[in-house]
Amino acid sequence: MGTTNGQLPFEKPLVELREKIRELQKFTQEKSIDLSDEIKTLEEKARRLEEEIYGNLTTWQKVQIARHASRPTTSDYIRHIFTDFMELHGDRLYGDDPAIIGGIAKLDGRPVTVIGHERGKDTKDKISRNFGLPHPEGYRKALRLMQQADKFGRPIICFVDTQGAHPGVEAEERGQSEAIARNLREMAGFRVPIVCIVTGEGGSGGALAISVGNRLLMLEHAYYSVISPEGAAAILWRDAAKAQEAAEALKITAQDLEKMGIVERVIPEPKGGAHKDSAGQAREIKEALLESLHPLLEMDGDQLILDRHRKFEKIGVYGTVD
Amino acid sequence: MFKDLFRKQKRYATIPSEQAKKEIPEGIMKKCPNCGHIMIAKELEKNLKVCGNCDHHYSLSAPERIQMIVDEGHFFEYDTELISDDPLSFPHYAKKLEADREKTQLNEAVVTGEGTIGGYPSVIGVMDSRFRMGSMGSVVGEKIARAADRAAAKGYPFILFSASGGARMQEGVLSLMQMAKTSAALERMHRARVLFVSVLTNPTTGGVSASFSSLGDINLAEPRALIGFAGRRVIEQTVRQKLPEDFQTSEFLLKHGQLDQVVHRAKLRETLIRILDFHSGRDHGGYN
Repeated sequence: MGTTNGQLPFEKPLVELREKIRELQKFTQEKSIDLSDEIKTLEEKARRLEEEIYGNLTTWQKVQIARHASRPTTSDYIRHIFTDFMELHGDRLYGDDPAIIGGIAKLDGRPVTVIGHERGKDTKDKISRNFGLPHPEGYRKALRLMQQADKFGRPIICFVDTQGAHPGVEAEERGQSEAIARNLREMAGFRVPIVCIVTGEGGSGGALAISVGNRLLMLEHAYYSVISPEGAAAILWRDAAKAQEAAEALKITAQDLEKMGIVERVIPEPKGGAHKDSAGQAREIKEALLESLHPLLEMDGDQLILDRHRKFEKIGVYGTVD
Repeated sequence: MFKDLFRKQKRYATIPSEQAKKEIPEGIMKKCPNCGHIMIAKELEKNLKVCGNCDHHYSLSAPERIQMIVDEGHFFEYDTELISDDPLSFPHYAKKLEADREKTQLNEAVVTGEGTIGGYPSVIGVMDSRFRMGSMGSVVGEKIARAADRAAAKGYPFILFSASGGARMQEGVLSLMQMAKTSAALERMHRARVLFVSVLTNPTTGGVSASFSSLGDINLAEPRALIGFAGRRVIEQTVRQKLPEDFQTSEFLLKHGQLDQVVHRAKLRETLIRILDFHSGRDHGGYN
């Protein structure tokens, strides 16, 4: 039982308190001294502390949870939420980008197309998947699978979790901009329901390229931003260390996006974040996904396109002068 | 709905030349930022702001571009009343907007409208990199989306000149969503089979290159413009290798299949007129 395993800095007091409780319990057993009153008091204190910490997470603390090394990834959610997943590879143009996975699966018996960023599990896997930072061929694979879904009338489910599109020479050579741009345009025009779920990091254009949907859902501690907090801090204050301030200023939390009308639904996470209970988190996502999908399944292709266009037409805040 | 679209248009014929006058620097000489060659300002103007020695294309303001491309006296600006808000109350944003409005005499980083080019009616958008580096916030996104919708409604080609550092950080995720909003508008226009010509000028990067400016039926660029998704410094830090000399230039993109042509500014208007001529038949060939 690694209490320090994956512990975030702001969780330290809670972890220490729990450690103390465990010691007392051990002491009780070994020495046959009844410390149950003390333990009860401390457990109550731990509960209050837990409320206090997890009930008032700052934006930066949420970012840390969203980036947690043990946070479930797309492949976890696919395993828990769907059955019969069949992975499909390649963009038919250049290659197969393991930073994006996709294929056909069944959601409560209904065939759907599932696509998502995949950051990888262990170090080797993470490296081979470029930590979930896609190249153009990843976006083009996603597009191919979405076109296939459109052709066969399958709903499209996208799991969004990336720091961003890969910044590199080859990515530029193969048209990173064009690959993202084309997805934005094509996704707007599909005649099937599209539901997108930001599960961790929503890193700018690299996230947007698979999230032009009828509905956008976000996990409670996920974030979605036009630029990384570090990047914004470097530009604003020439100091990447001011990322915490930048994160606040950019208003990137699921709750912020819900207020702005960009996100339709925030999916609750277990106390402390999705990594505390992957299976439970997957159940929450599945429930939200089914509820979001249900009304869309009643719409025909024209209505779905109109619904999607209306959603994005409305986004933006501005004034008028005479 | 149609009435709504046209109600707010204003006559705009004299603005480009007035604006252009303000752009001429106080001095009568101008030094090329690329090769140091000095030209008399008036000569440089006559040469379409292209260096006579090294062919460097100076940045153009939106009014200068309109004057250069659109038939004289035939431009009617859209949506002049739209003005940026400060939706996130982002540090210093409101002040910077105010300063840029003052400096450029523009309300925002894009001017949209309609006019004729070689007699062909067109919807035209021109970004201005002097205004917040041409970055795209809610107003830029809204103006471009509305322009695309007008082009679709009228069946006029849409010609859009990009000059932008990307999405505007100070409007956060609202700016990011403008990439989707403008691309969705282009999807509507695409379905209506209306021509979209994207002209990429220096610089076209980030969220603008990764949305509408890469989506032309025909993508043109001015010579040696900086065009790319990720910033050069970010890439250098990631790959830790020396980048090719011509990396992320128009010529680099042409070589890698991302552009249809790189067009010298002196040939740009006539190139656009040729493209408009090819697409002027109402039935687009009549095979569909």
